[in-house]
Amino acid sequence: MIALEAINITKHYGTGASTIVAVNEVSLSVRRGEFLALVGPSGSGKTTMLAMLAGLLKPTHGQIVIAGQDIGRMSEGKRTKFRGQFIGFTFQSNNLVPYLSALENVEMLLRLNGKLNRQSKQRARDLLTRLGLGERLKNRPGQLSGGQQQRVAIARALIHEPEVVLADEPTASLDTERAHQVVQTFAELIHEQNRAGIMVTHDLRMAKYVDRVIQMVDGRISRTIADRREILQLAGAADELDGHTPSSNGKPVEAGEEMTTVLGL
Amino acid sequence: MAVYLALKEVWRNKGRFLLIASVVALITVLVLFIAALSEGLASANREYIEKLNGELLVFQEGAQLSTTASRIGRDRIAAIRRVGGVADAGQVGFASVKIVPPDGSKEFDASLIGVEPGRPGEPPVLEGTQIERSSASDVIIDAGVVARIGAKVGDMIRVKVTQGTDEEFYDLRVAGITDRRQYFFQPAIFAPLLTWDKIRPQGADANRQGELITNIAVVKLQDPTTLQETAAAIETDVTKVEAVNRKTAWEAIPGYAAQQSTLTTQQFFTFFIGVLVVGGFFQIQTLQKVAQIGMLKAIGMSNWTVGWSAIVQIVTVNAIGVMIGAVGTLALVANFPVTVPIQLTGSAALATVVALLAIGPLGGIVSVFALLRIEPLRALGMAQ
Ligand SMILES: Nc1ncnc2c1ncn2[C@@H]1O[C@H](COP(=O)(O)OP(=O)(O)OP(=O)(O)O)[C@@H](O)[C@H]1O
Ligand SMILES: [Mg+2]
Repeated sequence: MIALEAINITKHYGTGASTIVAVNEVSLSVRRGEFLALVGPSGSGKTTMLAMLAGLLKPTHGQIVIAGQDIGRMSEGKRTKFRGQFIGFTFQSNNLVPYLSALENVEMLLRLNGKLNRQSKQRARDLLTRLGLGERLKNRPGQLSGGQQQRVAIARALIHEPEVVLADEPTASLDTERAHQVVQTFAELIHEQNRAGIMVTHDLRMAKYVDRVIQMVDGRISRTIADRREILQLAGAADELDGHTPSSNGKPVEAGEEMTTVLGL
Repeated sequence: MAVYLALKEVWRNKGRFLLIASVVALITVLVLFIAALSEGLASANREYIEKLNGELLVFQEGAQLSTTASRIGRDRIAAIRRVGGVADAGQVGFASVKIVPPDGSKEFDASLIGVEPGRPGEPPVLEGTQIERSSASDVIIDAGVVARIGAKVGDMIRVKVTQGTDEEFYDLRVAGITDRRQYFFQPAIFAPLLTWDKIRPQGADANRQGELITNIAVVKLQDPTTLQETAAAIETDVTKVEAVNRKTAWEAIPGYAAQQSTLTTQQFFTFFIGVLVVGGFFQIQTLQKVAQIGMLKAIGMSNWTVGWSAIVQIVTVNAIGVMIGAVGTLALVANFPVTVPIQLTGSAALATVVALLAIGPLGGIVSVFALLRIEPLRALGMAQ
């Protein structure tokens, strides 16, 4: 079942001679239970794409349908409400409300949707516990590590049972080990709970947790990798590259070099 | 949701919000204090005239409504009483004396006000009796005198007058006590006209011809709604007089208007400073929260909720500050000595408090609009 569908979406910044085509005629559809990574070099249009899919930015043209509804046709207020109901978010930074505890941050989405009750509160606790934060429910974001904060954000992104979960660079501020932990759990939950997940990332090693890698170059999808073996190969090569600096050892990074060249990184 | 967020934020950042609430509290103290001073000074000036049992005051024409410059004699009083619409008129004279406290403490100034027993101008007593004999040394004192020397009905009080280069002392018997009726910053003693004329410092205009000359006449009307017409009738029927209502009379007290407008200006500026300080505080806070608010809007919080939450917060913090300040001021004012002209009446205090409650909304409005303008796109580190 299709959770999100983008049909020929294009985004222009500016007008006239100085127009930048950030996203150019892109079509994409994501099923429920499918986790997708959006990768590509800097300036390739990933964030712009994500902003449009999230209903935060209007495409210059094209159509975006989430849970059967065309978000381009909604008023500003309606779209805000829609985001609260049908989309879960994690951001690169400033994810959480600093004066609310981990649990309160997660509960906020329930509150926002008028779904805060005893059962849902218990679900919020369970979800945080599942993410390894059972002992940290009462802590405020300032008292949590970057990885813990990202996990709180993941819980918040899932608690209201959204149709689509969007993650913007969830591993940007985490070390390797934490990054793996966070994305792995994220992927597990998306699969278990049957959500459609899209993650923008620079870190190809995270590709091994997703079902499909969409690679963008210059505002277009240049390549889609859905084959499990190819994905693992891509992630493995990135892992290798990370483990050995190219100058210290030329040979083992070959695959990685090849892949990064392909991906234009 | 809005109220929840607003109050959680205040509660979890108590220190910061208490700081701004204290600033509001201090501003409240200052503004209320100026109000109390303004009210106190105004009362000290005009109390007697304000509480007069007559609607019109008649001055000599050309005296510019100055009680010290104005002269009204018996014949004019008689003429005024004959004017249609006039129920009664009382002759009133003003002088300044010193009261010598019985315990030997420092002498202080008092207004010696000459009145005609039973006529307009004589205050009603709360204790004791009205003045019964027009020539005796029986007097009525106001609560201001009582507060200073603690005199009771039947006590003798001593006053000192300087006649030329000589000091003269008179002992007067307290026949009755009335409420506070200060005039020109001084507590008041009300004496029968003849006694007043005898005691008061005599200038060049001593009543040598035997005609009792005082300063003004206080007129009681048959029907208070005919104030305009009767005032006009008095001015035409009686030669060289000017009849005005009480308010016009007290506003003409030297320095009264200037003093009041100075205090009002001070009050306004203090209020304005409050608006700026509170506005600045919330504006800075808003700037610090741009990323957070962008995130909240991105995850589905409506502009309405964001705005309302900010308003709730501003109003709450402001109200807490005003409350602390108001309670503090009341405690402070209650503990001031009676000699300080500080007075906070319920209605004036209430009006000031209501005005102070507007400091937050007025100052915060800019930051609320700033919050509404934050784009949800900020959550992704973008802006349009
Ligand atoms: N608000 C804007 N106004 C004008 N141009 C913009 C704006 N935002 C993005 N762009 C341009 O659009 C293109 C795509 O930007 P985008 O941020 O989507 O890329 P990205 O793939 O997210 O890059 P990065 O990996 O560096 O985050 C870039 O050329 C960028 O300069
Ligand atoms: Mg980006």
